[in-house]
Amino acid sequence: MAGQLTAVIGVGQTRHVTARHDVSIAGLVREAAVEALEDAGMDWSDIDAVVIGKAPDMFEGVVMPEMYLADALGATNKPMLRVHTAGSVGGSTAIVASKLVAAGIHERVLTVAFEKQSESNATWGLTVAMPFQAPLVAGAGGYFAPLIRAYMARSGAPRHIGHLVAVKDRLAALRNPKAHLHLPDIDLKMVEESFLLWDPLRYLDVCPSSDGAMALVIGSEQVADASSSPKAWIHGTAMRSEPTMFAGRDQVSPQAGKDCAADVYEQAGITNPREDFDVAEVYVPFSWYEPMWLENLGFCAEGDGWKLTEAGATAPDGDIPWNPSGGVLSSNPIGASGMIRFGEAAQQVRERAGDYQVELKTGKALGQAYGGGSQFFSMWVVGNRKPE
Amino acid sequence: MSPALRDVAVVGFAQNLADHDRERNEVEFIIPVVRDAIAQSGIPRHDIGFTVSGSCDYLSGGPFTFVQGLDAVGAWPPIKESHVEMDAAWALYEAWVSIQVGDVDSALIYGFGKSSLGDVHEIFNLMNDPYSVMPLWPSTVDLAALQACAAIAADVTNERELAEVASRSHTAALANPHAIAGRDASADVLLAEPVTHVPLRDADIAPITDGAAAIVLAAGDLARKASSRPAWIRGIEHRIEPLALGVRDLTRSESTRLAAEAAGVADGPVEVAELHTQFSHEEPILRAALGLAPDVPVNPSGGPLGANPIMATGLIRIGEVATRITAGDVSRGVAHATQGPCLQQNLVCVLEGETN
Repeated sequence: MAGQLTAVIGVGQTRHVTARHDVSIAGLVREAAVEALEDAGMDWSDIDAVVIGKAPDMFEGVVMPEMYLADALGATNKPMLRVHTAGSVGGSTAIVASKLVAAGIHERVLTVAFEKQSESNATWGLTVAMPFQAPLVAGAGGYFAPLIRAYMARSGAPRHIGHLVAVKDRLAALRNPKAHLHLPDIDLKMVEESFLLWDPLRYLDVCPSSDGAMALVIGSEQVADASSSPKAWIHGTAMRSEPTMFAGRDQVSPQAGKDCAADVYEQAGITNPREDFDVAEVYVPFSWYEPMWLENLGFCAEGDGWKLTEAGATAPDGDIPWNPSGGVLSSNPIGASGMIRFGEAAQQVRERAGDYQVELKTGKALGQAYGGGSQFFSMWVVGNRKPE
Repeated sequence: MSPALRDVAVVGFAQNLADHDRERNEVEFIIPVVRDAIAQSGIPRHDIGFTVSGSCDYLSGGPFTFVQGLDAVGAWPPIKESHVEMDAAWALYEAWVSIQVGDVDSALIYGFGKSSLGDVHEIFNLMNDPYSVMPLWPSTVDLAALQACAAIAADVTNERELAEVASRSHTAALANPHAIAGRDASADVLLAEPVTHVPLRDADIAPITDGAAAIVLAAGDLARKASSRPAWIRGIEHRIEPLALGVRDLTRSESTRLAAEAAGVADGPVEVAELHTQFSHEEPILRAALGLAPDVPVNPSGGPLGANPIMATGLIRIGEVATRITAGDVSRGVAHATQGPCLQQNLVCVLEGETN
């Protein structure tokens, strides 16, 4: 990334569950923020600015909830920004926060992303009939299932590939105490026998609805050097967007995703992602998106993504673990899910991933998030050493 | 502010406003302002480094309002793009930050919304604390009226001053082709009109407005090439206060004062100020917080009382000051944006013409 060096020096995350009836929205975000501050060895007064992100306000029924959350996040008399870039928002929010430090404007920025889905109903929140627009009364799964079928037709992937991802990520989640879904008995048969939602997606191919929050403290080089907390140095950040619909748009492997990856890889000196990364945390809300993003992110040739999944390359003990935290398939507080990817990538290079820690060789990890109709992308590369 | 910051200027500005428009959707409002702001800058559309917008889903009543906005900017090949669920003045701040990082030299910012699609004053109750205040359902105007009462009780202002602010704003709006609520009425005439929300009259309340606005920013030499007289951003800062009215002194705006101090408002003469005053009583509160002398002209465009396209109103303040600088009418001005009940969050931007 251009500008000054920046690093993640604190990470905090709630234990994701279906409904956090014990806390308000403010209580939820504060829980993650306090943990991140403690991890960074900081207090509220150390923070220069707060950047918050979440998905559509209709998911909780509060307009611009950052106004209500300002004092819970210690932002009184400080700058506060609210980012909203659809499902990619958790990643975009972390990137905006990192830019405030990279630009030399602030030294220590707290960034938080959340969703408290139990306050409302996300599928209902996504199915409002918009004026002047054809209604898409389908939720996210109804939107993405046809794209998955297009991928299957294009790549010739057999039907069980998605189920393999569903099992792999849920088994990984058993090692992550903060993951929402803990399904110790999960196996291929259980996924195959779960009911069909949107062909080819069965119930267990789909992410859960979660209440949860993620928080990061991002510091300048000077602050990070002085900190005893482990660092995830930010080697590159990128965002790309393209329109939802136009004739000829490749919705299966969008150009915006490819461009975003090329940009962040160039910044971070990544030439062969499968070898140059130790681990990737990638936004896979529906199981089939693992093979699809493997190709879009250049971890293999077009059409070969499913072969990596099938061979176990992306398993925690594979050569390129994807989502060892359990991923979005195991926890999905929507607006936070992108930041969880970015934060889990940071935790891996900080060697703070506990029982799901991967072995570090290159010391570099990828965080990716996407949103809208596969049209908004945000990515970062973090490393355990400063960028050269 | 850090001396290492890059010089960044407004080099294009356009607005497209209407009163309860039934013909056009948001994209149709955005297309002309994006086209015109970029044309003014002379920067080829595909050379614009970064795009960022501000909008609010609850104005359209559906999720992802900003996604359709993208259809207006020609995001193909894919662009570097972001969005804030904030007034687009904060989108401009994000763009300014991106230019400061140094990997882009220009940015397109736009804000838009159709306030007429619902009852916006009622809808914005949903911005309140969802557990304790929202169920009481105070509208935006109800809360503003509370603040106006507090300001009058504290002698920060009085009913006649509110009428004078409203009269001056509506008269100024008559001369602004973009304003929708121009009206030639003296303070005495307004004072004779009924009070609708004690102590506010309809003339004290910004009109329901649909519309969009866009600004193009450019850095350094690119800005000098793009404009004969760029409006340089000399300081841009923003601060937020708690939402809860009970923990704030509603008769002053501490967050505006802090932002103004950090942005360097007092470092030179202020020749014009465009303030995001959605209610008459906010002008005296903001004047005090910004430290403006009594003779500083405020809202020569008519301000938000003349046109208030929510989510673009703050961005327009920056554009209005920049326009006057680029035209050579003034050399230094202050733009202000706000959001949240009773001036909760405030942004202050100091703009200057070249000093040669």
